[in-house]
Order: sequence, then structure tokens, then C-alpha cells
Amino acid sequence: MSQLFYVWPFVRLGLADVWRHKTRSFLTMLGMVFGVASVIAMLAVGEGASQQALESIKRLGSQNILLSSEKPPESSGSGAGRSKLAMYGLLYEDEQRIRETVPEVLLTVPARMVRRNTRFSDRQMELRVVETEPTWFDVVDRPLLAGRVLRTHDLEVNANVCVLTELGVRRLLAAEEMVGQLIRIGSGTFEVVGIVKNAEGGAVQAPDSEADVYIPISTGKKLFGDTVIRYTTDGHPEGERIELGQIIVKMSSTEAVEAGSKAMEAMLARFHKKRDYKINVPLTLLREAERTKKTFNVVLGAIAGISLLVGGIGIMNIMLASVTERTKEIGIRRAIGARKSRIIVQFLINTCVLSIGGGGLGILLGVAIPMVITLTTDMPTVIQPYSLFLAFGISAGIGILFGLYPAMRAASLDPIEALRHE
Amino acid sequence: MSVSRMEEVVRLEQVKRHYHVGDEMVHALDGISFSIQKGGYWAIMGQSGSGKSTMLNILGCLDRPSSGAYWLNGVNVAEMDDDELSDHRLKNLGFIFQSFHLIPQLTVRENIEVPLLYLGLPAHERSAKANELAERVGMAHRLKHLPTELSGGQRQRVAVARALANDPAVLLADEPTGNLDTATSIQIMGLFQELHEQGKTVIIVTHEPDIANYAKSRIVLKDGRVATITEAAI
Ligand SMILES: Nc1ncnc2c1ncn2[C@@H]1O[C@H](COP(=O)(O)OP(=O)(O)O)[C@@H](O)[C@H]1O
Ligand SMILES: [Mg+2]
Repeated sequence: MSQLFYVWPFVRLGLADVWRHKTRSFLTMLGMVFGVASVIAMLAVGEGASQQALESIKRLGSQNILLSSEKPPESSGSGAGRSKLAMYGLLYEDEQRIRETVPEVLLTVPARMVRRNTRFSDRQMELRVVETEPTWFDVVDRPLLAGRVLRTHDLEVNANVCVLTELGVRRLLAAEEMVGQLIRIGSGTFEVVGIVKNAEGGAVQAPDSEADVYIPISTGKKLFGDTVIRYTTDGHPEGERIELGQIIVKMSSTEAVEAGSKAMEAMLARFHKKRDYKINVPLTLLREAERTKKTFNVVLGAIAGISLLVGGIGIMNIMLASVTERTKEIGIRRAIGARKSRIIVQFLINTCVLSIGGGGLGILLGVAIPMVITLTTDMPTVIQPYSLFLAFGISAGIGILFGLYPAMRAASLDPIEALRHE
Repeated sequence: MSVSRMEEVVRLEQVKRHYHVGDEMVHALDGISFSIQKGGYWAIMGQSGSGKSTMLNILGCLDRPSSGAYWLNGVNVAEMDDDELSDHRLKNLGFIFQSFHLIPQLTVRENIEVPLLYLGLPAHERSAKANELAERVGMAHRLKHLPTELSGGQRQRVAVARALANDPAVLLADEPTGNLDTATSIQIMGLFQELHEQGKTVIIVTHEPDIANYAKSRIVLKDGRVATITEAAI
């Protein structure tokens, strides 16, 4: 407590000194302001990115590997006729081969995603339909809101049942309780048995992030087949035949993911002439996110480091000027009986007032920058409470580090010389 | 006034202090020997450049002799480190300067409190002591003023109050009235007289005989040597 009695007058002296040279102090603080602001912004952006990546992982599962069909680069078809049938993508065989030959595979979930005309009461619209197996809901996290999800039994009997997503419900403009209602999808009539939550958007999109409705894949195959015919704007039919849009492969453990994805890559490369598939490993996406974050950190960290260095040097420069200005005061204090260490402490406090003042402004700016980033781009940011304390610590640290030299200079002045100084 | 037992406060033995100025050697003090008893009231006299300030600075532990011995309460100053000398100044000495040497950005109160701060007194004690000291030198009505807002005489009163804050055994004044008019000088010398009567050892550097006449004892320097010593029988 008595230390506080001792320190406070010097803090006040430092504040008065800063106030007396307002412009000079402010300009001196700028380096600190930007340095501290970059530190906070850097941590906020980094945390935002990694939370987003982690969330995607949570949504897709770190044990999962995602295979999806992709239109190969040149699939122009026969070319002679205007109508063409493109055939590409993952096959039922692929799923089977994966299950049988790739080690450590726990289960595979096939899915097809097709837009189909849907009717509900007097409304008609196109919904994004996911044809899949019940295991989908074990692999991808879709919290149930009402009713139930698909069952194995639905698959076995090709039941005409469907599970809507919230998004689907909204698109159907259904105000009433949907479970138990009938909707018409394509040529079939389906009973709504449940409603699930949609996936939230993120850096890594879940395969069904925009889906409206799920139906058993067996029912879909029986009713609609594998071929989708669309009519181009000039009235020519254009068809696509894709057996499976997606296969989610769940491995027995996170450790098995890497080897598993390599094995699948090799297997698919052997059986597909064209590269009409894509392999997504959420785990690698996380690594990519981490790498992006690292790049970000390097850039912002460099800005922060340089700003803090420049800020520190600026403060040191001002403090050296201050020591010269206050030479006489130092002489007086020494004559009165202040030890050298007391002079050092006084000047360190003064420097810290400057640096912590700059740090304080930096914290304000550092909190504002991530908010602006989030508002203007869709990059998420999370301001870390600890980063504010870190910023405070950095400010005080810079004050002490760069204040030490001027303070030592002040303390080592010869008292008599200092007193004679005008 | 009589003191039953004589007590030596300082003793100088062949003290020399020289400065190198370019190739030349300036002998500011050139072999000074004398001693001061507790309760003494001394005037150090001599022409400008005779070494008065140099001697006072050595007596006040702001400077050290180049050679010779300086005994302070029986301890050789040469054996004391910087912190010990600082502590000695803080606890036992009070300085008063010709140009006052108040800290310009501090108020009268804050200036008086500086030694108290270093002595580690808590705020309320500092404040009470500052009030009392300002009262004593007749500056209680100017506690919140800055030094620049005071006249020379007022500044010197504040400086005296500050010098007395640590209740020093020895007061050292270097031409304390050098920048003051006659009337103010007389007031300041009255303060010194009072302090002397309270038993403090007072050492005043001056080249003015009028001022020196207040003191009981006198040492006259000439070219860094003692010309005459007149010590009052206490
Ligand atoms: N820092 C210094 N460097 C060189 N010479 C000095 C220094 N201080 C004092 N002197 C010299 O020492 C002599 C005594 O100085 P000083 O003690 O200030 O005299 P006084 O106070 O009696 O006028 C003078 O000749 C002065 O020029
Ligand atoms: Mg002098």
C-alpha cells in the first residue's frame, strides 16, 4: 500500500507531462496504438477463422471423408446432336468397393442431390431433394425439431416418406404443423415424418447445407431413376446421369482419415477414366484454415511487431528529450536525496503512462477493427478477452523496455552538472 | 548559547578537488582542512571562483573530494556508495540554492512534499507536514501556486520549507540571498537565525559581508585554500 502512495504522485506527474505536450504525446503514442490494435485484431481474426473451421469440422465430423461427383472438365458428350446425355460421377460400385477394400471404414452413406418440382396444397416450387440413407443423420449433425428422421425400414420398403428441413418448411410457406402432411415431390406423394434443423453456413459447407427435404434413396431410385433431364433455354433436352452425388465415408478414427482418403483416391483413380469426383477431407480443410490463419498471423504479427518497435523507439526518443528537458529537475531531486533507482522508477512510470496510454487507444481501435471486418466482409472475428490483457501487458512491457535507457541516462546524470543545467 | 558536549559533524583533511579543463588542471579546492561542530553557524566566504560552491557541494555529499579525507559523523565519505550518500542527503541535509531550484511543474505543496515522498510518508502525513512547513515560512496561503507565480523571496521561502521537510541536522545554503532584495534577504536570514537557535548546524556560502555577519563562525577561501578561519567559541 505504501508503494502505491509512492507511485501515485509520479503517475500524476507522468499524466501531467503527457497532457502538457498533448500533440507530441499523441504522435508518439501512434506506433503503440497501431501495434496494440494489430495484436488484438490479429487474435480476433485468427480466433474467428479457427472457430469457424472447428465448427465445420464439428458439422462434418473429423472422422469423415466426403466424396462428391463433379462434372469433368470436357464432358461435351457426343457433340453431333444438340441433345446430350452426360454420364459421370460416383457409382454405387464405388461405394461398395470402398466399403470392401478400404481398411478402417466404419460406414458409407450415399446421397443424391436433385432439384425437383414439389407441390404442397396449391403451391408449387422447386425443392432441393436429398435422396439418402438413414445413416446420414448419424454422420451429419442435423438436430431433430419434430417427428423423426428416416429409418432403415423406410429404405427397405421404399416408403414414400420425407424429412423436411426448416428451410424447406419455410420455402413451402407452410404455416401449419407439417408432420403428417402430404407433399408431392416429382411424380410421388410423400408423407412428412419429421423436421430437422439446417446446417449453418461456414467456410466448409456441409454437403446438404442448402437442402430442403430428405427422402429414402431407394424410393428416389425407384421413382425417378438416375437420369435427370432438363430442357435448355432453346428447348433441347439436356440430360445428366449421376448415380451418386455424394458418398460420406466415416472412418473408425480421426487417425485413419489420412490413409483412408489416400486409398480412396487411388481406388477412384483406377476405376474412373475422367476425374469426375472430388475428395474433401474436413480434417485437411481445418489444416487449410489453420494455414490461412497462420499466414494472417504472420502478416498482422509483422505489422504489430514493426508498429510496436517503431512505437517503442518513438517513446524512447521522446523520453530522451524529456530527460534533457528535465535535467534540472533530476538534479534537484538528486540533491534532495533521491537515489538513482528512484529517478529510474520515476522515468519508467512516465514512459509507461505514455505507452499504456497508447495501448489504451490501441485497445479501442483493436476492438473496432474486427467489428468493421465482420461488418464489411463475411469473415467472422472473435475478440479474445485475454488479448486485451495481453495488449495491456505489451504496452507496459514496451514502456519498461524502451524507457529503461532514457531512465538510466537520467539517473546517471551528475547531480551538480544537472543542477547547473538551464 | 552553550552546548555542553562538543560534537563534530564534519571534518575535512587536506581535501582537494580539481577539474580537468582541456589540458589544464583547475584546482577548485587545494588542500582544505577544518571541522564543523554540531550546532555551528558558519559562513563560507571568498571571492567569486575561490571554491566556495565546490566546498559546499562536498560538504553536502553532492560531490566527492579528488583527494584527502572527508569525515562525516566519523565515516569516511570515500567509503560510502552513491545510495548511501543519497540517503544521507535525504535524512540529514537540507539544501538551499541561490536560484531556488524549485521543480517548475509542481505546486508549492508538491515541492515541499518531494523529500517527504522519498522518505516514504503516506499522503495524509505529507499533506499535514507540508501545511505546517508552509505556515512556518509564511507561505500557507500559496500552497496551490506554481513557482512561476511567486516572487523571488516567496520562492526562497518555499525552498527553505522544502529544505526543512526532512528535519535536517545540517542546512547548507549557497548564496541564498544572492537573487533577493535587501528586505527579503533580511527575512530569509531571520529564518536561518531561528533554525540556528533551534540547534541546527547552518552553513551559508556568501560573498556579502552583511550576510556573513549573521553567522557565528567564518571561513574565508582564496584560490581554493583557507585564508582565515574565525570560529566562535560556542
Ligand atoms: N565543473 C567544473 N568544471 C571545471 N571547473 C570548475 C567546475 N566547477 C567549478 N570549477 C572551477 O573551480 C573554481 C571554483 O569554483 P566555485 O566553487 O564554483 O567558486 P565560487 O562558488 O567560490 O564562485 C572556479 O575556478 C571554477 O571555474
Ligand atoms: Mg558559487
